[in-house]
Amino acid sequence: MKRALIAATALLLGLFLVLPLAAIFAEALRKGLGAYLASFSDPAARAAFRLTITVVLIAVPLNAAFGLCASWCITRFHFPGKALLTALIDLPLAVSPVVSGLAYVLLFGLHGWLGPWLMERDLQIIFAVPGIALATVFVTFPYVARELIPIMEEQGREQEEAARLLGAGGWQILWRITLPRVKWALLNGVVLCTARAMGEFGAVSVVSGHIRGKTNTVPLHVEILYNEYNSAAAFAVASSLALIALVTLAVKTWIERKTEVPDADRAGAH
Amino acid sequence: MALTRRRTVLPGFGLTLGITVSYLSLLVLLPLGALVLEASEIGWAGLWNIATQPRVVAALELSFVSALAAAALDLLFGLVVAWTLVRYRFPGRRLLDALIDLPFALPTAVTGIALTALLAPTGWIGQVLEGAGIAAAFSRTGVVLALMFIGLPFVVRTIQPAVEDLDREVEEAARCLGASPWQTFRRVLFPALIPASVTGFALAFARGVGEYGSVVFISGNMPMRTEIAPVLIVGKLEQYDYAGAAAIATVMLALSLAMLLTIHFLQRWSARPV
Repeated sequence: MKRALIAATALLLGLFLVLPLAAIFAEALRKGLGAYLASFSDPAARAAFRLTITVVLIAVPLNAAFGLCASWCITRFHFPGKALLTALIDLPLAVSPVVSGLAYVLLFGLHGWLGPWLMERDLQIIFAVPGIALATVFVTFPYVARELIPIMEEQGREQEEAARLLGAGGWQILWRITLPRVKWALLNGVVLCTARAMGEFGAVSVVSGHIRGKTNTVPLHVEILYNEYNSAAAFAVASSLALIALVTLAVKTWIERKTEVPDADRAGAH
Repeated sequence: MALTRRRTVLPGFGLTLGITVSYLSLLVLLPLGALVLEASEIGWAGLWNIATQPRVVAALELSFVSALAAAALDLLFGLVVAWTLVRYRFPGRRLLDALIDLPFALPTAVTGIALTALLAPTGWIGQVLEGAGIAAAFSRTGVVLALMFIGLPFVVRTIQPAVEDLDREVEEAARCLGASPWQTFRRVLFPALIPASVTGFALAFARGVGEYGSVVFISGNMPMRTEIAPVLIVGKLEQYDYAGAAAIATVMLALSLAMLLTIHFLQRWSARPV
């Protein structure tokens, strides 16, 4: 029974997870290493990487700060409507990325509710970088908060209250007590948020307008290359995203190992 | 509220709650409100008209039925995988465990083209399936396979903690009292895993219904046959049919919200003391 289940698991995950990963690299290197590397020196590819990094640098810090605020007020205070607020934070997870992109188009687009107002002031959000950043913020909205809320709930507020009674101010409590205790959960949330922000496709595709060299993120660049039957280049660029995904998994596993140790210590202390 | 706040000496309630509520309202509730308003402008009759067009019905049906099928298959595989990874120690276990999150970390567009390359008639798996007379790419099968890939981590990661919490003594007692392994699983273990299974299934389903990137390459997007609802929304948007796009999106949103409520209800139900 044990052997059969292990074999089934290995076969299943091998076919389902390892094979697609292998296919990406095999397809990427089909035309040789020279063609592989050339895919990255294309100016459109470089612009796409720059845009993706910009978007990640906007979305991740915003959602990390939001996650800290949300988890602080939700886990440290009691107030009416707390359950609703917690549920609403998860809302973006239940919305199709395409629908969230559409919602931004209907709000900020030329025919949208705020479109004419924005137009008068010569502000462009849709088919421009701000729209891409906003759509990315939407889809990665709950990741940091979701990691922080359970762990801060579990830790309780005694240590922070003690610090307060000993005369610490709000920022001192944040830097000296809260952040050191939640750093791994925060890092985990940031890693997940970054991975999703870098790879977001549906929502960004709707708001981007696909202007080559200007509003194409890396996943959109992959799509364009693929649809132009430039398969080797598409897979080459995709392979760089796959590598980042593997690094993400490695970091996540490393964080999990780090946080397992204090658990064992705690169990030993009791 | 003042009364409940007095219980703690911690600062920052007003500030953090204010930031949380404003950020949530501006970035999530306002855009979704604009979407619902746009759809409401065409009225119930108009909404019903769009939602019952054959092409829209076919797309919604494909999205929901494929997501259901994928979540059900994921649940089956997820139970096996979660059980094996928690209960058995074998070389490579940690690596496999880390790989479970791959579908989550891999950008969906990358997933989409990788699965298409594998399952196309010339691909590694596609060749084998073609020999068996199964067309995987550009068919419903391909859509379900892509959604299974996307949903697997949700199921496994929800069931794993539940397997860890199982009391080994109970199943040992069942075996000692003469139950067969199958009976032990069906009567003792599976009932304890039902709440986590339901939650994992619902999460995979909710993710699958709205999925776009991993499906759009493999499905072939043939109207009435392999066109999922998000692809139809993008199509309407490209034709500047904002009302039509908003109508389909609102129907999807309503169905997703129903799912979210169910998940919350189920989580509360599974967390209740037995």
